[in-house]
Amino acid sequence: MFLTRKAEFSASHVCANPAWTPERNQAVYGNNANPNGHGHNYVLEVTLAGDPDPATGMVFDLRELKEILNREVVDPMDHRFLNREVPPFDRVVPTTENLAVEIWKRIEPQIRRTGVRLHNVRLYETDDLFVDYGGGQ
Amino acid sequence: MRLTSRYRFSASHRLDTPTLSPAENRRLYGKCNNPHGHGHNYVLDITVDGPIDETGQVVNREELDKLVRRRVLRRLDHRDLNTEIPELWGRVTTTENLAAMVREALSENWTLPARLASVRIAETARNSFELEVPKQR
Repeated sequence: MFLTRKAEFSASHVCANPAWTPERNQAVYGNNANPNGHGHNYVLEVTLAGDPDPATGMVFDLRELKEILNREVVDPMDHRFLNREVPPFDRVVPTTENLAVEIWKRIEPQIRRTGVRLHNVRLYETDDLFVDYGGGQ
Repeated sequence: MRLTSRYRFSASHRLDTPTLSPAENRRLYGKCNNPHGHGHNYVLDITVDGPIDETGQVVNREELDKLVRRRVLRRLDHRDLNTEIPELWGRVTTTENLAAMVREALSENWTLPARLASVRIAETARNSFELEVPKQR
């Protein structure tokens, strides 16, 4: 069974590679390269796969899942400038793709246990654009 | 990693098949068989799949937008699907057939490094149709 929990955070970022010229960054990232930054209301949907525990009837304790998401994602990222305040985005370009990978790395070890695994991280940058990451590559 | 980008277009159509009588068409398609046609605000979700490249992205947003605009939106937006889209001549303009037409229009000479993975079209907020694109052998 799949279980999905949603969380929201709002943050600013700049998508630019410091090793490249402003022209190249503009060509690759368009408006997202504005050096002063811009922001999004990110929406995160985390999907777990597992069988309901026969005793509790639950795949995963939702309160605990909420605490993991708050501790690892919402508290450190909400109302922050990702490039300046949230490592590794001082070194890694905070595209939605890289953000999804970072969120996976932060929460996966805390979710993995007998019979339960993290199945998918979906991150919406806007209503019209999202990425899905299932680990690996 | 999968990335999904959402687009919109508005078009008119009429559901009618020459293999059935007018009375049978009315029975099968109901209101959608109205001889004068009717329209929808279609919502198109394009999903691409691939590794994260050196820019931190699965695909360059602008290149994806340009491709979808040129091959799909410019051709379908504010058009009559039954009369103005040659690929749909001889096919009933159901959203199933429309999704197949869009998949063909995009997958032929696909120019982006990430693979086209899926085409999903919502005809209204209550009906949507998704076509996966099989991986190349």
